[in-house]
Amino acid sequence: MLQVAGLGKSRGGRILFQDIAFTLAKGEILGLSGPSGAGKTTLLSILAGLDTDYQGSLRWEGSPRIGMVFQSPRLLPWRTAAENVALAVAGDRGKALAMLEKVGLAEAADIYPARLSLGMARRVALARALVIEPDVLLLDEAFVSLDPKSADQARAIVLEAVARRGMAVLTVSHDRPDLEKMAGRILELV
Amino acid sequence: MKRASSAAPALAILLVWQLAAMIVASPQLPSPEAVLTVLWVEATGGPLLADLGATLARVGICFCLAMLVGSAIGISMASLPGLGRWLDPWVQLLLTLPAMAVAILCYIWLGLGETAAIIAVTLSKLPNVVVILREGARSRDPELAEMARLFRFSRKSLFLDLMLPELAPYFLAATRSGLSLVWKIVLLVELLGRSSGIGFRLHVYFQLLDIARILAYALSFMAVIQLIEITLLAWMDRHVARWKR
Repeated sequence: MLQVAGLGKSRGGRILFQDIAFTLAKGEILGLSGPSGAGKTTLLSILAGLDTDYQGSLRWEGSPRIGMVFQSPRLLPWRTAAENVALAVAGDRGKALAMLEKVGLAEAADIYPARLSLGMARRVALARALVIEPDVLLLDEAFVSLDPKSADQARAIVLEAVARRGMAVLTVSHDRPDLEKMAGRILELV
Repeated sequence: MKRASSAAPALAILLVWQLAAMIVASPQLPSPEAVLTVLWVEATGGPLLADLGATLARVGICFCLAMLVGSAIGISMASLPGLGRWLDPWVQLLLTLPAMAVAILCYIWLGLGETAAIIAVTLSKLPNVVVILREGARSRDPELAEMARLFRFSRKSLFLDLMLPELAPYFLAATRSGLSLVWKIVLLVELLGRSSGIGFRLHVYFQLLDIARILAYALSFMAVIQLIEITLLAWMDRHVARWKR
């Protein structure tokens, strides 16, 4: 599904990372670990097509739909939880509500992000990423600040989508044990 | 209790005015009662309502034009740095140009007509809107823009769900400062070269030294602007900030 070869990124004369190579297959969950500042988030931005200034090659099979849970939830503060999710599917409130129910936030549908806890906001962001039924899901520290039960629930939802639709997942975290709970393979970014 | 406390300053002004009028005891400073009587007479049998309507129409047209054109220019300047650099000296020039000079030049170049008056007021307000919206557009959150790009927001959604709400506080600031600026400049251009409106009428009564009528016309217009402030602008304030609660 994805072939990465010789991928590198510099910023302000400083090399963030270089010569990264890996593949991501359909239905695979790949973990990416590394210390803060190693460029994990930048790597995800490149894969998501949000950063096009890089060296090396990136080959996607076809034009996969990419969903992403950013490190900060990036919810529109002036839209409710349901509206935030619905915006990813051209305003389909029915789909948004169903996905919010899946992540255990049915009752928070009409609440603005300012009144959600960080953990709840992260689950809304996960619902927004999953509601589009992505071929590839990019997770940037997605389970940080979730309580253990909510984190397990979120992982279960992701795993269900992987099993049902063959969605590929690239999950990034500085916390290796967190990655080991889900990823079949873990790459270390140093 | 809250209403009583907010009415207290207005009542205090009326009281001070009444006392001052009693002490001075001159037509130079008519009492509030005398001014209110004149206001009633002018509103029921005089030209006050027609003049008020003419001024409000000019304020409305100039305000909408300045907001529309100024927002478009300000947002474009923030989005296209080359255009921003090119237009910046023009904006600075208009910012420092006195409204009186703009009005006089417009009347000389375009004649003493409605078009010149509208253009003069709009040009005087325009740079203020441009600067506020340019700064607003520059301070937009790039992370939200990235998110919208990733989730393939439609053009309509980018405008209605992202840009407009992000810029809403700046639109509100431009609206509030714009309204107070526009109506003052409208009175000025009416005084200089129109034959209707509150500004024209103030000019006439200034020549007649009719202080009661000057105060009656000024008060009537101030009351309308205050009404807009406490209804429309207060509603906009609440609407823009509703998600923060």
